[in-house]
Amino acid sequence: MANTGWDEFEIGAMLRTFEGEAGDIAGTLQEDRKYTENSSFSASVADWRLEKPIFAKDFCIDCQFCWIYCPDMSIISRDKKMIGIDMDHCKGCGICVEVCPTNPKSLLMFPEQADEEAELAQWPAKETKEK
Amino acid sequence: MAFDKMELRDIEVWDGNFAAAQALRQCQIDVVAAYPITPSTPIVEGYAKFLADNYVEGEFVMVESEHAAMSGCIGAAAAGGRVATATSSQGFALMVETLYQASGMRLPIVLNVVNRALAAPLNVNGDHSDMYLGRDSGWIQFDSYSPQEAYDLNFIAFKVAEDHDVRLPAMVHQDGFMTSHTAQGVKTMTDDVAYSFVGDFKPMNDMLDFEHPVTHGVQTEEDWHFEHKARQHNDMMTKVMPKIQTAFDDFEALTGRKYNIVERYDMDDADVTVVCMGTSVETAREVATEMRAKGIKAGVIGIRVIRPFPFFEIAEALKGVKAIAALDRSAPGGAPGMLFNELAGCLFNQAERPLLSGYVYGLGGRDLTKKHLVDLYTELQTNVDAGKVTTQLQQFIGVRGPKLAFL
Repeated sequence: MANTGWDEFEIGAMLRTFEGEAGDIAGTLQEDRKYTENSSFSASVADWRLEKPIFAKDFCIDCQFCWIYCPDMSIISRDKKMIGIDMDHCKGCGICVEVCPTNPKSLLMFPEQADEEAELAQWPAKETKEK
Repeated sequence: MAFDKMELRDIEVWDGNFAAAQALRQCQIDVVAAYPITPSTPIVEGYAKFLADNYVEGEFVMVESEHAAMSGCIGAAAAGGRVATATSSQGFALMVETLYQASGMRLPIVLNVVNRALAAPLNVNGDHSDMYLGRDSGWIQFDSYSPQEAYDLNFIAFKVAEDHDVRLPAMVHQDGFMTSHTAQGVKTMTDDVAYSFVGDFKPMNDMLDFEHPVTHGVQTEEDWHFEHKARQHNDMMTKVMPKIQTAFDDFEALTGRKYNIVERYDMDDADVTVVCMGTSVETAREVATEMRAKGIKAGVIGIRVIRPFPFFEIAEALKGVKAIAALDRSAPGGAPGMLFNELAGCLFNQAERPLLSGYVYGLGGRDLTKKHLVDLYTELQTNVDAGKVTTQLQQFIGVRGPKLAFL
């Protein structure tokens, strides 16, 4: 792209999502789709994020709430099992943490530079409810 | 869904608005998103009635402003339909922001602009202020001088704009009231002949092509914006004029009606020439003939294609002319008029430079009378005889009060 001249673009500042035909995209996992270099899937916007979510798998009940509520489709779920977060597209909005129903939460927000292993090692304990 | 065809007489008595509405019907526009404004209202009203009466298969989208009207047209065009609308004056001004979107996204929308003055003071009559406002927007601009031309140029506009080598939106201008509301004989085409000229709409990168998903309306910053604008300007400068000429030729072959990028009248041996647009061209032609009877070799240049500006065609047409008047029907706001500047630009490097003077006239629908033009041609002949421009370079004509002249 770096040396593309004005005469090498398709007209209209129009960008294609896929190389060739879309085909059976509903039946194809994201990582197996032929996204173009210009597709927003190919671009990382990780640097838009100030805080990041960290996922503690041990407490997750695979309710899929975070997957449904994420406005950027950045929760990666396979066979109805939550397996992680797409950190190239997560904007750090915190909605997944807000909707997580487990106790303790399986997702928590941390500063972008926080160390994942260290935070998982000191994950909060289950809160006991007072009657 | 089938639609009915309309039986037309060979010559119908139509005003410019109805002629344009009939052209939209015959082109079978898929979507018209419109917010009507005087004096262009009957164009979209006409399309809506044709649609309601089953003479066209399409959608009429009623919106809340002209900005929304053009936005709706942009969406429909990006989706992959044949799209048109109409506006005037303040409505055109409100559309301006979206005009640049349409041209930058390379969407072949046709906009009928019924030229009207811009407020303040509020005025519904014809001048070219709105037409001039659109001249940097990246749209092709055709100018008609009569209802017949408003009808014909709509077909030509679709033909050129939708060409896949062009893919730029086009405006068809006509003078408010003088053309839009003045009924004249209009030679028609049958529905089948008219549609065969524009042909079926051929989509390109349309959003409804689900096998090839596309993103329209992307953002580019200092990294790529310049390249896209350069491509757009290149295509406007190199690809459009030949396509217009081909469309004019094809249209002449079909109907016998001949259009030219620059319309010459009595130019073969003209010493003095008026260059103007809109209905003034027809008045100037009549006066030029009368001046010839008085021994003044008068000619008229009418600009048919305003954008892309016919830089070389005009210089060629003006070869041998000794004195030229550029008539601008828009207040220039602190500069020479647009036509004066454009003509100066294309004549400056010529070996023989004619005398050029500018006139501002007809604002807010003020008549340009034959008397004005007689005086103007006489003044040009005085310049020829003196070998220099004997007046100031910019004069106002037809305005009450002390003579206004500048530069």
